[in-house]
Amino acid sequence: MTTLTAQTTQVYNVFIRATPEQIWDAITKSEFTQQYFYGARIDVRGDRRFSAIGELEWDDEVLESDPPRKLVHGWVSGYDSDMAAEEASRVTWEIEAQDGGITKLTVVHDQLEGAPKTAENVAGGWMYILSGLKTLLETGKPLAG
Amino acid sequence: MLRDMDDDKVFKALADPTRRHLLDRLFERDGRTLTELESELEMTRFGVMKHLRVLEDAGLVVTRREGREKLHFLNPVPIRLIHDRWIDKYTEHRVAALADLKHELEESA
Repeated sequence: MTTLTAQTTQVYNVFIRATPEQIWDAITKSEFTQQYFYGARIDVRGDRRFSAIGELEWDDEVLESDPPRKLVHGWVSGYDSDMAAEEASRVTWEIEAQDGGITKLTVVHDQLEGAPKTAENVAGGWMYILSGLKTLLETGKPLAG
Repeated sequence: MLRDMDDDKVFKALADPTRRHLLDRLFERDGRTLTELESELEMTRFGVMKHLRVLEDAGLVVTRREGREKLHFLNPVPIRLIHDRWIDKYTEHRVAALADLKHELEESA
């Protein structure tokens, strides 16, 4: 096993056959997020991003909102008490239309210096979330399992 | 099919030991410049650039500009998509077969 220091800046992207508006809805409305975001019900309203998983509820600050192109918000891992105690980090969603009905979605999770446990935890998570989001938008169905 | 074309690019990008080595280097620590990556490989700058371009084209490497520097990040999402598309499909069947066996054994017990 290689021991890794989780990255304090992480960048992920995926090309999705969907419009920027569809992607914007999918990342800001709980009816979509609960199908691919580990079951989390996430709603962006005004300057807050509300999250809920089961009984757990928390919210993060929206730092920038430019629908359907860019969303920047704080990130506290409210799903785990150890990680929730760490400093807030930042998540940037960039949505760019490409040719042929394809949209490029980039997620940058940075400012993770004060949140080492979160940095390690989200590294695998984003991959799963973006893969699930692509499947949901392209097939209308969530990933199996 | 967009999906199949994407898969082709990922498989082709992975079918080269130098490119897999580059991905391993980025897995250990990403957000690196071309100069940093080049210093770890016995290869010309042009050679490393060429391989990085193939990886970027397949979506396995994403670049971001930070000031004057261009940083390279590992993007594992295409590998996850291949996993979902190919691995799950075959393992699901086996898991289902085991579940059936368990059910049958418990029924007859």
